[in-house]
Amino acid sequence: MAEPRLPADAPLTGWGRTAPSVAHVAPTPDEATVRAAVAAAGERGALARGLGRSYGDAAQNAGGTVLAMAGDRPRIELDVAAGEATVWGGTSIDDLLAYVVPQGFFVPVTAGTRFVTVGGAIAADIHGKNHHADGSFADHVTRMALLLADGSVRELTPADPLFWATAGGMGLTGVVLRATLRLLPIGTSRILVDTDRLDDLDGVLAAMAEGDHRYRYSVAWIDLLAKGRHLGRSVLTRGDHAPEEALAGRAAVAPLAYRARPLVSVPPGVPGQVLNPLSVRAFNELWFRKAPRHRVGEAQTIPAFFHPLDGVREWNRLYGRGGFVQYQFAVPFGAEEPLRAVIERFATSGAPSFLCVLKRFGDANAAPLSFPMPGWTLAVDVAASRPGLGALLHELDEIVLAAGGRHYLAKDAHTTPAAVRRGYPRLDEWRAVRDKADPTGVWRSDLGRRLGLVDP
Amino acid sequence: MRNAFAEPQTVVLLGGTSEIGQAIVRRLVAPVTRAVVLASRDPGATAAFAEELRAAGVATVEEVAFDATDHRGHTAFVDGVAQRVGDLDVVVMAFGVLGEQATFDADPEAAARAAEVNYVGGVSSGLAVAGRLRAQGHGRLVVLSSVAGERVRKANFVYGSTKAGLDGFALGLGDALAGSGASVLVVRPGFVRTRMTAGMKDAPFTTTADVVADVTVKGLARGSRIVWAPPPLRFVFSVLRHLPAFAWRRMPA
Repeated sequence: MAEPRLPADAPLTGWGRTAPSVAHVAPTPDEATVRAAVAAAGERGALARGLGRSYGDAAQNAGGTVLAMAGDRPRIELDVAAGEATVWGGTSIDDLLAYVVPQGFFVPVTAGTRFVTVGGAIAADIHGKNHHADGSFADHVTRMALLLADGSVRELTPADPLFWATAGGMGLTGVVLRATLRLLPIGTSRILVDTDRLDDLDGVLAAMAEGDHRYRYSVAWIDLLAKGRHLGRSVLTRGDHAPEEALAGRAAVAPLAYRARPLVSVPPGVPGQVLNPLSVRAFNELWFRKAPRHRVGEAQTIPAFFHPLDGVREWNRLYGRGGFVQYQFAVPFGAEEPLRAVIERFATSGAPSFLCVLKRFGDANAAPLSFPMPGWTLAVDVAASRPGLGALLHELDEIVLAAGGRHYLAKDAHTTPAAVRRGYPRLDEWRAVRDKADPTGVWRSDLGRRLGLVDP
Repeated sequence: MRNAFAEPQTVVLLGGTSEIGQAIVRRLVAPVTRAVVLASRDPGATAAFAEELRAAGVATVEEVAFDATDHRGHTAFVDGVAQRVGDLDVVVMAFGVLGEQATFDADPEAAARAAEVNYVGGVSSGLAVAGRLRAQGHGRLVVLSSVAGERVRKANFVYGSTKAGLDGFALGLGDALAGSGASVLVVRPGFVRTRMTAGMKDAPFTTTADVVADVTVKGLARGSRIVWAPPPLRFVFSVLRHLPAFAWRRMPA
């Protein structure tokens, strides 16, 4: 799916629709035009942008050039025998799924939205509900072609330090022109899902620690408005790809059927008050109550299990013109108390949030700026216009960093260079590889300037 | 770069000794703010405020000389600041002289000097800042106008006319910057109790520098084009603007 065509000089924002800036947007239908646009970039540099699903300013380059990579048509070569797909960097997971699922393959990692390009997935080293089992996106990339600042193209494999600087490198090492991914063979397009309703934070942490290893996919939704003894009450959903023999009825006739279409669309100009403490409380109560206390083996479709919010096109408009932020951090195992402290601060602040998800991460990979680390990750959506939210998040940053945690750069829209340095102790190592590949500083972004990843 | 909460990393105050300007900077400073530049005629005069900002955790606080009437030097001044501190997130234009109407009546040259600072200096430095913000693709210019310029009164018509000119310039500049990523916020305070107005009688809707700062910072976060301080003045002036001339002339000093 292509993003609605970006106008040449319109303000760009991330998915949270905060802090807009203006760049020259260059359409990049092929490698030659990408190269020409990079060569023509001025002193404020260039940056690749995919589908704009980073929440903050990661895909913005104020006053510089932005390469619109998300293409109009998918470019996918599937090697069925090897179980690998080679794609153009601007190809979306959405396009990829539509092409490979009917042929018996699944993407190795998907985020909560399928409207992410492969280039963006590598740049943010995205993770999904299977991180504890399968790691993050770059762990499944076998090679990539990276356009460097000097206009040359390097073929990178995991043996190359620049490969790992690019994974999680937020687009600041170059442009991913092509990538080859190892796909996951599947027998059906259904997921068998077990659901558990847990009454408090201890309950959900224990359930995940005890049982996540039995499932490929696991994530918990937390009711962030619940306080006191209900603090952290959750709905935990876990699942695995369904084998063919598990399907019955219509699903069994076409086991690899795949259909993903947005069902409804949020119109522009929705007042910001749609999501208020009352409506969110009502939603959360309903969501928690409607979940079964314990249910096993429910067959769900891929969109329903992995990408429920993609069913509502432009749902980010629900937050009105003030936009919203997603606060996502990770803390190591053993830091359950700081995790509880953050959830408690959110709950008592009364900031209405209908989206709060908790996930248990597995091992980290070799990328210095990759976000996942062994431990817990929490992601919370909050309206940006909420008074005092800036001060609250800076306060929470301190709790997270003191616990040895870090923040996810693809979501960040508020933190400081010092916080990134503390959260990512291998920042200098990354910077050295980056600077060697781009000595004149061609690759720039608003996020990079704001967080000191590149020179201002 | 400012963040999702419109917290700036860099702030430049043109008119570093202005109480209203300082109050705005005080309110803008956040944990992400790494540099504040205090530009004034006499850089030594901002030492106490600079110290306060350092104590608040701002890593770089520069006190630099700035002359609003050095029109030729304004572009070089702005470029120099950007070179040292990086992108300019918020620039607050707060310099200005008030003067007394009686003095101006007796000394036309003094009146011209006030116009030179308040209006002409605003034009040259405003354009210099705008050029930089346009190239950056982001950034806000805050211009301290005054209700005195909304409809000029006989009691202070020299001062009022300089602010009227500045206000018109700033609004036009904001329109010219539309689509560039940069923007202008025009702040229209009423009578503000400060050193500049010490000894003067309070007017209706008299306010304080802190209120002006509060309204300004909210306006920045909201992306407003104009804010009034206190906000009800907007409605007061929508009436006053249309008073017949004979009634307006009778407005008390």
